[in-house]
Amino acid sequence: MLLVSIIVLSVLGILFGIALSFASKVFHVDIDPKIEHIEEVLPGVNCGACGYPGCTGYAKAIVVSGADPTLCAPGGHDVAIQIAKIMGTKASKKERNIAVIHCQSGGINNTNIKFENKGIPTCQAAILLSNGQNACTYGCLGYNDCYRVCPFDAISIDENNMRIIDEDKCTGCGKCVEACPRDLIELVPISKKVHIQCMSHDKGKDAKAKCGNNTACIGCGLCVKKCPIDAITLENNLATINYEKCVSCGLCATVCPTKAIEDRIQSRPQPIIIEEKCIGCTICAKKCPVNAIDGELKKAHKIDEEKCIRCGICIDVCPKKAIEVKS
Amino acid sequence: MDFSTLFLIIIGSIFINNFVIHRFLGLCPYIGVSKNMDSAFGMGMAVIFVMTMASTITWLIYTFFLNKATSIFGLDLTFLRTIAFILSIAVLVQFVEMVIKKAAPELYKALGIYLPLITTNCAVLGVSILNINSFFKIDGTPVSASFIKSIIQGASAGVGFTLVLVLMAGIRERLEYSKVPKSMKGMPISFIIAGCMALAFLGFSGMKF
Repeated sequence: MLLVSIIVLSVLGILFGIALSFASKVFHVDIDPKIEHIEEVLPGVNCGACGYPGCTGYAKAIVVSGADPTLCAPGGHDVAIQIAKIMGTKASKKERNIAVIHCQSGGINNTNIKFENKGIPTCQAAILLSNGQNACTYGCLGYNDCYRVCPFDAISIDENNMRIIDEDKCTGCGKCVEACPRDLIELVPISKKVHIQCMSHDKGKDAKAKCGNNTACIGCGLCVKKCPIDAITLENNLATINYEKCVSCGLCATVCPTKAIEDRIQSRPQPIIIEEKCIGCTICAKKCPVNAIDGELKKAHKIDEEKCIRCGICIDVCPKKAIEVKS
Repeated sequence: MDFSTLFLIIIGSIFINNFVIHRFLGLCPYIGVSKNMDSAFGMGMAVIFVMTMASTITWLIYTFFLNKATSIFGLDLTFLRTIAFILSIAVLVQFVEMVIKKAAPELYKALGIYLPLITTNCAVLGVSILNINSFFKIDGTPVSASFIKSIIQGASAGVGFTLVLVLMAGIRERLEYSKVPKSMKGMPISFIIAGCMALAFLGFSGMKF
């Protein structure tokens, strides 16, 4: 009896073992090793910013259908380079996007409310009840859907219940953009530092009365006139910046009567051309958005300080590093 | 074999003798995988699948190796049933995983990690052993219809498991948005709800005074 039971179990085990090893040969599925390599390189947060279902889906899409290797927002340029290395191609440099909230209201003390909402405390639910409890029908509802959905802890909430986006942590995955029922959040290249922080299409007087922070865009058009490169357009009582054109000079922020435009650059030093280094290539003169740089070919150039808006573009484009800022 | 017996087995193992609520088998996934509806449903489908397959294979093992009357060895080896069943269920799940990975990648994606996860689930072993206790004569010849009955009980036990798991997931998704006292948040309130559900399901077996 003892012997038989041992034999029965070992025979069962051996049979199963043979069957399994046979099956693993027969039903072997070939997986491209590149997919695994790319998956290891990817951050693995499955945020979906690339437009594919998770990191595994993106890795597969790159190898099988040749998707663009620069789509991973959290990984940024580093990951793009590594993926390109695995695939044997070159990665193009892509600027990192960050999320910007176009509203300065939504806190405890800076929101005008129509009624008190005691329902489910999410933005998605709040907007279903009489289009939200706050007076401004375009502004932030203040229930922090964006904060909850952020996979990188990049959104924090200050003591006033305002949402603050950490530029270093934000990867531009766009989860908060989707989560916001009022479409207040936009992905903007990190080099753009001037933002209009209002989305209200209400008429000037209404917009200002409804905004609990008194920083609504009243559609006065001063910024449109002031912008040296026509990057701002006024439509339906709301000014919007065209980020493709904007050079972040910050002039619009200085004229806005309601302080609806935020300039994140603290100070802009005046650039000057060092004549000994300048070879007169005219690159800076061509790139200057306000034509503040003059000078003939192969001769030292000069910056007209009255015209100059201190955007700093010339400093970046100069091939000889002949433009510096006044200290 | 008449239809009413099968019907009773189906209703019985889905509602009355529900594996989670009445027999307390498979409590780990009941609490662990019931946080959202999608994964609860995926897990449920995988359990139905594995339980049906396990009922089939354990019936074969029991009949042809272990039971004295029908065994090819002619020996009573029923004391080996637990270890033999665990072995065969584990192998079966691995085998099935390989097959569907090759044959039906979409199904493999849907079942995902749940398939290997339930290899060691006590509910799967439980259904195999309960099959023997309910449909076999332990010492004599097996009832002729026990094979079909076992498979039916396996499948409907899986359905019962899925039902309870999905119900629980639905309640817990709602709980996320309701005001729960701080000390009761998360697990404690889930256990209380599990208890309430068990009470409700006990109603199916009727009251006796």
